[in-house]
Amino acid sequence: MDWIQYAVGNIDLLLSRTIEHIALVGVAVGIATLTGVPIGIAITKNERLAKAVLYVASIIVTVPSIALFGIMIPVLSLIGQGIGYLPAVIAVLLYSQLPIIRNTYTAINNVDPALREAARGIGMSQNQRLRMVEIPLAVPVIMAGVRTAVVLNIGVMAIAAYIGAGGLGTFISRGISQSDPRQLILGALAVSLLAILVDYSLLALQKRLTPKGMERAAFAE
Amino acid sequence: MIRLDNLTKVFDTPKGAVTAADHITMEVPAGEICILLGPSGCGKTTTLKMINRIVRPTSGKVFIDGEDTTDLDTQELRRNIGYVIQQIGLFPNMTIEENIAVVPKLLGWDKAKYKERARELMRMIALEPDAFLKRYPSELSGGQQQRIGVARALAADPPVMLMDEPFGAIDPINRAVIQDEFLKMQQELKKTIMFVSHDIDEAIKMGDRIAIFRAGNLEQYSRPDELLANPKDDFVESFLGEDRALKRLNLVKVRDMASEDVGTVAPDEDLQAALMRMDDHGYPGSIMMVNDRRQPVGVVQRSVARTTKGYCRDHFDTLPAVARLDDDLRKVASLMFAHDMTWLPCVDDEGRLCGQITQRAITHHLGSRYRVQQAEPVAEV
Repeated sequence: MDWIQYAVGNIDLLLSRTIEHIALVGVAVGIATLTGVPIGIAITKNERLAKAVLYVASIIVTVPSIALFGIMIPVLSLIGQGIGYLPAVIAVLLYSQLPIIRNTYTAINNVDPALREAARGIGMSQNQRLRMVEIPLAVPVIMAGVRTAVVLNIGVMAIAAYIGAGGLGTFISRGISQSDPRQLILGALAVSLLAILVDYSLLALQKRLTPKGMERAAFAE
Repeated sequence: MIRLDNLTKVFDTPKGAVTAADHITMEVPAGEICILLGPSGCGKTTTLKMINRIVRPTSGKVFIDGEDTTDLDTQELRRNIGYVIQQIGLFPNMTIEENIAVVPKLLGWDKAKYKERARELMRMIALEPDAFLKRYPSELSGGQQQRIGVARALAADPPVMLMDEPFGAIDPINRAVIQDEFLKMQQELKKTIMFVSHDIDEAIKMGDRIAIFRAGNLEQYSRPDELLANPKDDFVESFLGEDRALKRLNLVKVRDMASEDVGTVAPDEDLQAALMRMDDHGYPGSIMMVNDRRQPVGVVQRSVARTTKGYCRDHFDTLPAVARLDDDLRKVASLMFAHDMTWLPCVDDEGRLCGQITQRAITHHLGSRYRVQQAEPVAEV
């Protein structure tokens, strides 16, 4: 149980790396939400475009993160950012697109056609329909996509330590290179624990954002 | 007033063009309910939805209150037409109040005004405002939800309403209640309503006029009584059903048929007088006895009057049933069959006698239209 002593001894470092980790994932998934949700909504208007976009997003997720970092090094080196913060954020941003776009697309598409017809029939414009009916109804499913992205990418971000992005992955990479199981275990446990805690707090947020009248329907399963 | 002028919809399908509505021309006068009736796929719903452009017409025009709607902005047009659909379509993310206030909000009413309007509508549909306005649709029963659906359509007080099988998904008992409530509201609101149904009984009950559709064509457009008495062709006749003569019973009120000439006896008259009065009026079996407030209280049988001496008050049978002026003939006929009577006394709201109705008169009324039809085969609306 050496790693506990190590953790207690390095509590400040552990905290600052945790915050670093959260900030990296937070910024990346935040930007991904801002891009993914509009894309998800936009592609509901065109089925062929939707297929293409979802296909590309699926392919991106199949690229191993370590390979993705490798690809970005020469590209981003052109602006002097080959390693570190920027490629880490970009990778997470890309990985986050699939769950967020797909969930948004599915949620908007699955809005009951009767509601859409009622909304049209009483004279809502397309934007009003989105704002007053479709997006509020889609929020729980969109949030579920964001949660998936966050949890997935807390893991991905651990690997970004190898390109010098910092975060909790640093404990793991040092643990391996220095053959120090204390750092290795601490890093692995901290990443897992962080993923679980963040998942629960986002679930709570998702429940808060769910329109009141839909609580029963949204969390029935 | 709604007027359709050669309204046509052609759908392009992989199998070629399908004409869902073929040059539909008809007019619904202001304040009337017109039922679009027909089997599924006959074009009734398409026709309805072309009025608020949920389905865009291929050609033809829609006039509302005399105004050609072709050049109106679609959203503007829809906000001035109440729309009720079978699936109800209340927004689950909004409270009942928000649902009802949607159209007034879109129209830019101020908050106090649409809040008051929501309360007013709740009272109109007989749901307690304080108990329901802050709740969500999922907390309400189907019948309550559809009442809210109707209230939402009425919120901005549109002159015209479109209803697409609005009560089709509600269980039969609640459906009858909601239909009655709606008719009562309509008596005051006098909206011009197009109403799609596939239920002939609903059409007869709700409609001032009925338009029968078949394969995209308007087959017959008549008042319900005319339609039942005088179907235009075999299709309409078979669609109305073989009991269409009986269905007409729904349409006639006791008020329209009661004969005012009715002989009665008083409790303190003797049986001899009763017998003479039966003969005077030609009653074969019995005569009614009324009290001093002219309320029917019993029946004196001819057989009793002939063979017995005494006063009516000691020798009468109780009256098993009476018909009220606002009852329809279907109920009256049912009462007659149930109690084995050939006539019933008609009473007003205070229970006073104001006439009688006989099986003969009912049969005669139903039959007279057919005889007119036979004499004049070209009878047209």
